Amino acid sequence: MRKLGMISAAALMASGGGAWADELSVVCSAEQDWCDLMVAAFEAENPDTDVLMVRKSTGETLAQVRAEAGNPKIDVWWGGTGDPHLIAAEEGLTQASGVDTSELLGWAQNMAEISGGRTVGIYAGALGIAYNSEILADKGIAPPECWADLEDPRFEGEIQVANPNSSGTAYTELATFVQLFGEDEAMTKLAAVGKNVNSYTKSGSAPTKAAARGETGVSIGFMHDMVNQAAQGFPLAVVAPCEGTGYEVGAVSIIEGARNLDDAKKWVEFALRADIQSRAPEIGSFQMPSNSNAQVAPESPDLASIKLIDYDFATYGSSETRERLLARWDAEVGDPNAQ
Amino acid sequence: MKQTVLIWLAAGLASFALLPWHMTDDGLLDPAWVNDGAPSSGLSIVLSGGWWLAPAGLALGAALALQVLIAEPVRRARLTLGTAVAGLTFMAIQGLIIVRAGPRLFEGILTGETILAGQPGMGAGAGICALALLFAGTISLSQSGKGQGDAFVVSTIGLIVALVAIFVFFPVIHILVRAFEVDGGYALNKFFPRFFSSDIWGLGCLVSDRSCGVGMNSLFLAVMTGVGTTLLGLSFALIFTRTEFRAKKFLRVLTVLPIITPPFVIGLALILLFGRAGTVTEFFADLLGWEATRWLYGFWGVYFAQLLSFTPIAFLVLIGVVQGVSPSMEEASQTLDADRWQTFRFVSLPLMRPGLANAFLLGFIESLADFGNPLVLGSGYNVLSTDIYFAIVGAVADPAKAAILAIALLTLTLSAFIAQRIWLGKKSYATITGKADSGQNASLNPVLKWVCYGTALPWAALTLVVYSMIIFGSFVKLWGYNHSFTLDHYIRAFGIDFTTGRWTGVAWDSYFTTLTISSVAAPLTALVGLSTAYLLVRQKFVGKDAFEFSTMLSFAIPGTVIGVSYIMAFNFPPIELTGTSIILIIVFVFRNMPVGVRGGIAAMSQLDRSLDEASITLGANSFTTVRRVILPLMGPAILAALTYSFVRAITSVSAVIFLVSAKHNMATSFIVGRVENGEFGLAIAYSAVLIITMLTAILLLQLLVGTRRLRRSDRVQTA
Repeated sequence: MRKLGMISAAALMASGGGAWADELSVVCSAEQDWCDLMVAAFEAENPDTDVLMVRKSTGETLAQVRAEAGNPKIDVWWGGTGDPHLIAAEEGLTQASGVDTSELLGWAQNMAEISGGRTVGIYAGALGIAYNSEILADKGIAPPECWADLEDPRFEGEIQVANPNSSGTAYTELATFVQLFGEDEAMTKLAAVGKNVNSYTKSGSAPTKAAARGETGVSIGFMHDMVNQAAQGFPLAVVAPCEGTGYEVGAVSIIEGARNLDDAKKWVEFALRADIQSRAPEIGSFQMPSNSNAQVAPESPDLASIKLIDYDFATYGSSETRERLLARWDAEVGDPNAQ
Repeated sequence: MKQTVLIWLAAGLASFALLPWHMTDDGLLDPAWVNDGAPSSGLSIVLSGGWWLAPAGLALGAALALQVLIAEPVRRARLTLGTAVAGLTFMAIQGLIIVRAGPRLFEGILTGETILAGQPGMGAGAGICALALLFAGTISLSQSGKGQGDAFVVSTIGLIVALVAIFVFFPVIHILVRAFEVDGGYALNKFFPRFFSSDIWGLGCLVSDRSCGVGMNSLFLAVMTGVGTTLLGLSFALIFTRTEFRAKKFLRVLTVLPIITPPFVIGLALILLFGRAGTVTEFFADLLGWEATRWLYGFWGVYFAQLLSFTPIAFLVLIGVVQGVSPSMEEASQTLDADRWQTFRFVSLPLMRPGLANAFLLGFIESLADFGNPLVLGSGYNVLSTDIYFAIVGAVADPAKAAILAIALLTLTLSAFIAQRIWLGKKSYATITGKADSGQNASLNPVLKWVCYGTALPWAALTLVVYSMIIFGSFVKLWGYNHSFTLDHYIRAFGIDFTTGRWTGVAWDSYFTTLTISSVAAPLTALVGLSTAYLLVRQKFVGKDAFEFSTMLSFAIPGTVIGVSYIMAFNFPPIELTGTSIILIIVFVFRNMPVGVRGGIAAMSQLDRSLDEASITLGANSFTTVRRVILPLMGPAILAALTYSFVRAITSVSAVIFLVSAKHNMATSFIVGRVENGEFGLAIAYSAVLIITMLTAILLLQLLVGTRRLRRSDRVQTA
């Protein structure tokens, strides 16, 4: 008993407190290596600031930011797909950074406009199709070129895609279909593709990894993930669908009530600079940078050669549209294995 | 006893007057709080206008005065108890009302500059005051005639109840009330239709090709896993104790391997072996001319992976129990002309019931709460744990749905818990009595022996293959694709630049944090878990069943829910812990404590009460009895609790993901990040290092705890 008391007292004594004034707490939702690179580069420029960075996925970060609202422990949220950043902005969980966006490409400025400056685009990644060239060659299946090809019975049981209820990637796909073909036609097409789908995964990047290892023949996902897997040596070919395709915008936001606002603003300016964005390919991140002066890696899917749709983030990012589309998806496409 | 109360009260008062009441930014070990001038101790805050802290000090002072002034013991004890309860209640109320931003209730009454300035979370001063009041109260309670007058027992109960209330109920309530939320308010009428919806409990899969509800899926999987792991665990335990199997030590290591494996790794290894493009699948497809299928994705794959992951837990619980079954009973049975099968069936097996029941319960709950395997292999087979996760972090966040699913999950756990109690009944399973016996356990009947060999050994072989694959995967360039040898993954993760002496590997940081936190958490978990088991088995008190179930709560709730509820509860005063290492330690202690409790209960129900009674009759108090009699007989249970909590602290993911911070990042969260990024080589190399670290730690623990000697020699009767 006394021992217990002493241990709990010792535990209480060891309790440390909040952040130092010159500590910047960053949650990074991009790839770990990219996170590390950013931290090292920022600390090199600002030797007085100690960047505390932890990597978490966007969904987890949003859940944490929500739970911590009012007394946040995070200053900046960098990277990760834009929708959760927009939701955080809509819920007032982030604050305007007041950063200059004039050097940025249209879609990145658009992000800042929709959110009232609360979140800014830092990179874009187009949606695409990947196929395992060995599997398709073995089975004598002609590779897909268009979204419409995926409806063909030759792909029966070979396509893998995530479930839009759990994955932002798959929601982008759903919204892209709706913007390409109109809502009713999109549902018909998705249901037709659904007949060939062997599994709706929970996570958005899982189908591409499965295609890389030959667990499935074809996957739908973001092209930069596909390029990354191909660069690792897997027999994965990337296709930009002929009808055109949608894209995600990775974003950066400052959390409302950030303890170290000055450094947080510095971080946002830093993250938007051309020379910083040009460094992403060093660690195998092949997204399209948002700064118009940044260099694009030769491996990156060339956005100029891809038919990109004019993705309407304001409409398709809103909770109302999202809930309506997901309800229709559940009713008309649905995961045959689940409810 | 009066002295103990006095000591506690004096300590409480001293900390009220001297130690900083609130949490300091620098931690207590930094002496800045002594000389920075701002009022920090409870007393100085009261003197500078923080009147709301005064009752804590007054209660301590009043209780101290009572000890001196009142001579009549029972009256003194009752008054002290009342004062302590009043002091604690007031401390809790002021902490919950006055937060950083000032008062959050009664804003009309609570005005004034000091109170509007608010207060940070409670710190060392507040903690020691609360403990002092708690122990003064419990010791007095025992003196006033309750709890057979045993201060140690009452105080332990009081402390554990307080800890479970603060670190299990308080956070969990934050998220469960969400289930009743309707448009910003709360209502019961929406809850029932949502809770009983066919999305959760539907049985459509039995009559049509639609799938069953998630709750049904989870239940079915959990029952299968519980039964499967218990049977496999029993086979292993029988081989260890009742046969002359030669490679027992090697087998022992194999049985431990799966629990020391970081999540996702088993799933990944299974995909590479049995997936559509897996080695084994391709071999059989070529051999038999079958089409390679995706059978692994869905129920069977998850079931397979869970059996592999959770059998060791069943084994750890069962081994102690199977060893404990007294040879005398088996001898008596054989003397009465029973053959070996009858002896096993009607004597040994019934005596193993507490072990079987607890092993099943753990397997059942682990399966319900398991998140990694269904995520990797589940495909369309949805279960509660993954659905809860995506209800919180998915594309559409729906905390109400998460809370309702969490309640469904708790309902299943509660039912299993009750079923287990009914099955065990009120019989006595005590077989360790202190009486001498021959130490010769009956050996197994040959059929049974071969059944055990036939199930356990292929299983062990499979485990071996899976782990060879993992080790192999960490040394090749691209696991499953490019198998040329490389050390790159290890160098990236654990590189050391010997010329500068710098630790250049990317994994070092999280590796050391993980080891430190786990080694702090493990002994605390074992201590809390086994003390709870002792109270549950050996002591009688009001509300024991509810107390027992409440200790299971945190284990049964999925990690995601725990993680989020911990942020909601502990991000604000009175207890502000987010971003510290303490929150990680606490979450591990209270999440893994149930294993200590279950193992402890199973082992302790075998110890005959006459051992305690003999010790008490000889003049020992209950603390001495625990230390000198019970603890030495609990070796395997202690080892299981220590091992398990150490390992779980290293391998758990879902709760931790929300609680890790940049300063305190854990290995698993690092590994999951790499897996998400497709860097399997690095993730697996890190996992392999963790596995070896844990294996070493377990072997050291085994040496430290030692083996218990129940009888002069443990032998198996030769046939």
